[in-house]
Amino acid sequence: MFRRLPDLGGETVNFTIDGRPATARLGDTVAAALLASGMESCRTTPVSGAPRAPYCMMGVCFECLVTINGIGNRQGCLIPVAEGMAVETQKGARAIASEYSAKGDAA
Amino acid sequence: MKTIKDVASLSECYDLLIIGAGPAGMVAAATGAEQGLSTLLIDENPAPGGQIYRGITTTPVAAKETLGADYWRGTDLVHALTASDAVYAPETTVWSVGPAAEGTSDPGRMEVGVSVGGAARLIQARQVIAATGALERPFPIPGWTLPGVMTAGGAQIALKTSGLVPDGRVVVAGSGPLLYLLTAQLRAAGATISVMLDTTPLENWGRAIRHASDFLRSPYLGKGLKLLLGAERGMRIVRGVTAISANGDSQVKSVRFRHGSKEEELPCDVLLLHQGVVPNINLANAVGCALDWDEDQLTWVPQTDDWYETSVKGFAIAGDGAGIGGAESAALRGRIAALGAGHRLGRLSANDRDQRAAPVRAELMRASRGRRFLDVLYRPAKAFRIPKADDTIVCRCEEVTAGKLRETVALGVTGPNQMKSFLRCGMGPCQGRLCGLTVTELIADARGVPPTEVGGYRLRPPIKPITLGELAALPKTPAAIKAVER
Repeated sequence: MFRRLPDLGGETVNFTIDGRPATARLGDTVAAALLASGMESCRTTPVSGAPRAPYCMMGVCFECLVTINGIGNRQGCLIPVAEGMAVETQKGARAIASEYSAKGDAA
Repeated sequence: MKTIKDVASLSECYDLLIIGAGPAGMVAAATGAEQGLSTLLIDENPAPGGQIYRGITTTPVAAKETLGADYWRGTDLVHALTASDAVYAPETTVWSVGPAAEGTSDPGRMEVGVSVGGAARLIQARQVIAATGALERPFPIPGWTLPGVMTAGGAQIALKTSGLVPDGRVVVAGSGPLLYLLTAQLRAAGATISVMLDTTPLENWGRAIRHASDFLRSPYLGKGLKLLLGAERGMRIVRGVTAISANGDSQVKSVRFRHGSKEEELPCDVLLLHQGVVPNINLANAVGCALDWDEDQLTWVPQTDDWYETSVKGFAIAGDGAGIGGAESAALRGRIAALGAGHRLGRLSANDRDQRAAPVRAELMRASRGRRFLDVLYRPAKAFRIPKADDTIVCRCEEVTAGKLRETVALGVTGPNQMKSFLRCGMGPCQGRLCGLTVTELIADARGVPPTEVGGYRLRPPIKPITLGELAALPKTPAAIKAVER
């Protein structure tokens, strides 16, 4: 969907997308890094499960929501990618963590 | 300029707090500091520039001609900010602004909720200037939620900040001077754009021509002609496009469009949409500022006085957030707003303030010349503001379609706020930023009344995401604790 212009220089940053190693350019936001990595979508919607990708890149649309270092629903377009960052795509609505639902069942 | 990267380093109270480091915010901050006011400039992005000068201190796109001279003009504003005594807080969000608790001597004192790197804090400001700028007008067409479809401005940000260009078969669609500018920048950077679909209603020319004389004497003329001539070279332009849809399952694969009586479908990997910009009024709305409907720009515009103070005392709005005028106008309005704040704080006499503002106002007159022609000419078509097809998504977050909205109007729902409880439209994470205008116009159209009678979403803080942990960790007043104690 996007390609990087040649000969930009700059430092490389290593991070992961759903556990797979990926690289970005220092200064990229997470959303830009995802676009550059060739990702087609960054999440599926909680309502219908439709795939979505970054849309506005300026913090308005909330389409680029991803999980970053374990914290969900972060705006990828506002957060600079950092060395070792773990980025996860979000699939549909978030389930309640199993430890809580297990307690609920027991009660 | 001092840069702050954690909430603990912020002071309890600033004389002047500015939200947004675009042209208006940067100039307002420098102007505030120049008067000796303790000035804080908060911005959610990692570097100053706003959207128009996005990445100006960091962009990897080195060739000056790619982004153009108008972009690089922003460098002067950054230098003025950097040389000032203002405090700058990047990657910082403002999630609430409201009147400070009773008992302060300042009538306009505000309490501002800020969050940096996962830690929140409430600070105070004696005056606030929101320089929240503009956002691209919603462009609800069938398929606009598909991956591969994004705003032209979004693609421009990817270029400015990361040196990324759209790849494959790229189609740009929409209307307005920025569409041509963004297209020119992307092409100069090396993107191949196969076709431009221009949706400017042909009948707009008849109305616009009445305002042409100012435009002909404005700097917009030369810039516009250059962009138009440049666009004609090596790219197909289809004018008078009256319908567009994006098609594909998990990714856009083709774009279908109508022009005249002809329908065409072209393969497409990236579709970039743009039909002008509108003020980003989310914060102003949540603060409770009175808003007017602007029938030329088809948007809500905050009511402001000559110094851009809103109906809420102590809260001013500078730049495109107070009505679209462009980058140059935004910078000038930032200066005027900060002079106004300086006077309200007792730092400048009325005479001193007026004298300093006079040359800025003269510049503003000049910079605004020709805008009306552009507003009228590029007023987007109804078909691209109020979707005809019932299955077109209006609220992207909650996936509410135009048809659902119309069905619900038929049940007797009269406005956007009542509509929320029926359909949840505007209640997803974007909080109506992307569907607010469409929902207002669609309800007005279905009811056959003007938008002012329908109103807009009533927004409430927090207007930016904040975790429960951050909220819980905030200090509570005894009164607030008592309010929830049993």
